Amino acid sequence: MNSPLQADTAKSIHCRFQLEYDGFKLDVDQQIPGQGITVLFGSSGCGKSTLLRCIAGLEAANTAYLKVNGEVWADSAKNIFQPVWQRPLGYVFQEASLFPHLNVQKNLAFGRKRSRFIRDPATLEQSIELLGIGHLLQRMPDRLSGGERQRVAIARALAVCPQLLLMDEPLAALDLQRKQEILPFLTRMHNELEIPVIYVTHSPQEVTRLADHIVMLEDGKVVAAGTLESVLTRLDSPLADTKQASTVLKGVVNLYEPEYQQLEVVFAGGVLNLPAAEAREVGSEMRLRIYARDVSVALAAPVHSSISNVLPAQIQDMTEGEPGLVVVQLKLGESLLLAHISRKSAARLELKIGMLVLAQIKATSIV
Amino acid sequence: MLTDADLGALWLTLKVSFTTTVLLLLIGTPLAWWLHNSRSRWKPVWNALVALPLVLPPTVLGFYLLVMMGPSGPLGKLTTSLGLGVLPFTFWGLVVASCFYSLPFVVQPLQNSFAAIGQRPLEVAATLRASPLDTFFSVVIPLAKPGFLTASILGFAHTVGEFGVVLMIGGNIPDKTRVVSVQIYNHVEALNYTQAHWLSGILLGFSFLVLLVMYSVLKTPLQLHDVKQERP
Repeated sequence: MNSPLQADTAKSIHCRFQLEYDGFKLDVDQQIPGQGITVLFGSSGCGKSTLLRCIAGLEAANTAYLKVNGEVWADSAKNIFQPVWQRPLGYVFQEASLFPHLNVQKNLAFGRKRSRFIRDPATLEQSIELLGIGHLLQRMPDRLSGGERQRVAIARALAVCPQLLLMDEPLAALDLQRKQEILPFLTRMHNELEIPVIYVTHSPQEVTRLADHIVMLEDGKVVAAGTLESVLTRLDSPLADTKQASTVLKGVVNLYEPEYQQLEVVFAGGVLNLPAAEAREVGSEMRLRIYARDVSVALAAPVHSSISNVLPAQIQDMTEGEPGLVVVQLKLGESLLLAHISRKSAARLELKIGMLVLAQIKATSIV
Repeated sequence: MLTDADLGALWLTLKVSFTTTVLLLLIGTPLAWWLHNSRSRWKPVWNALVALPLVLPPTVLGFYLLVMMGPSGPLGKLTTSLGLGVLPFTFWGLVVASCFYSLPFVVQPLQNSFAAIGQRPLEVAATLRASPLDTFFSVVIPLAKPGFLTASILGFAHTVGEFGVVLMIGGNIPDKTRVVSVQIYNHVEALNYTQAHWLSGILLGFSFLVLLVMYSVLKTPLQLHDVKQERP
């Protein structure tokens, strides 16, 4: 499907690419919002990295049209192709790919001194500070850990003041520990950066944590696109009937009870209670991930139950999931939630579309 | 010990080798870069032509060069019309011949080191606003440093050791075209073994030293593991 995510073309990225090699075919015509993080998501070999390389101009597509925030970067019909080095973008590769003959400072300066778009000299310090690499400036790349190297690579891409940041699985080459080391920096980047970011990944964790929008690819084609919430809760999305199926709710902290280490979060559709080791500032935004397997459906409120989150909901849609499972789409106020329940329970409770039920949420995690 | 003629031959050898190496780096670098990047279907032909001096007997190479650079050869006509006279039996004739003779020893190490760099650093440079020419000077040349070192040393050392081509093109003119290898031949012809020993010993020591330096320095080539490309 090719539905545009956003109608405002002045602040959007329109890309259309057709490319064929070695039996693989990429065929994409997609509008991507001109702000926030858009994640290109899919299994390996689905063409997400190739699409990103096409956007950068590193790969030349047979048919190409690319318009970024009003500027045409490529149009094969008019024989327009801006070479990579003239495009105002930043690119982070899967491997940090720092220049081994330059120290960190010179790596950061490499693109910066060649960029025509630097208006604010403070942006270099900002990116150094944002990625926490101030103490590494004099080191050579082979004296850095994998995580540090990737942080320098991200700072190097930001230091050129790009108008579009492209990131190709920046965490995939790192072990779990290094991933956890970098994710907070990316979350921070997400909150502080104003430019659009296109982020390629196959990790659901990175999707739920970072994405504002998702473009889901399969075999070189877009199979789903939209905001994070809408794609995650769609029953026909490839994620809906897998064990990883989950929903992300964006909420605001309302209350923290230190004696129970309990957090109360208000979202568009109700209030959720969840355990949290640390206090959160009241009013701060947070993302909650709820797995479909942790949501069950009841017709009456349980009297003696340990489940503290029981919210009124309406069944919006239902579909067959994995053998013996039904995927139920629940509407809680403004929000949508997915629930995996057994087919037998669905029959016993005579669940139907439109029914008013209670959603019981067993577990919620902060992402 | 060494006579004036021996010293003259040594000095001439160094001069020819040094000039040849500098010229070959200037010609060989763009040639190797072009061969590395070329998608032309004639690429194997060019590669084969560059490698020819590796397998051709030096006398064959020398013979063709002599004919080409002679008064009625195409190169000879060109140099004559430019007022340079004909090149055989001159210093520059030796240099031109040496350039052909040592070409693969400069071009091939460069080609290998360009290949070892891979596409990724070039892509990184492009995303950091560096034009292709800029990338070549600021990324390719620094990363190919081991290749340039190997190319210079092999080019120089191989030119020092040439004999057959020199004999065909340069002949045996003292201080003009009589290099060490020819001088050694003269000494042996004249049964002058002491002098031959001295010069041969010097060349042996020199060659060993050059290779020793090369292998000591290249033991720790630039770390390229971080910038190698992976196909997505």
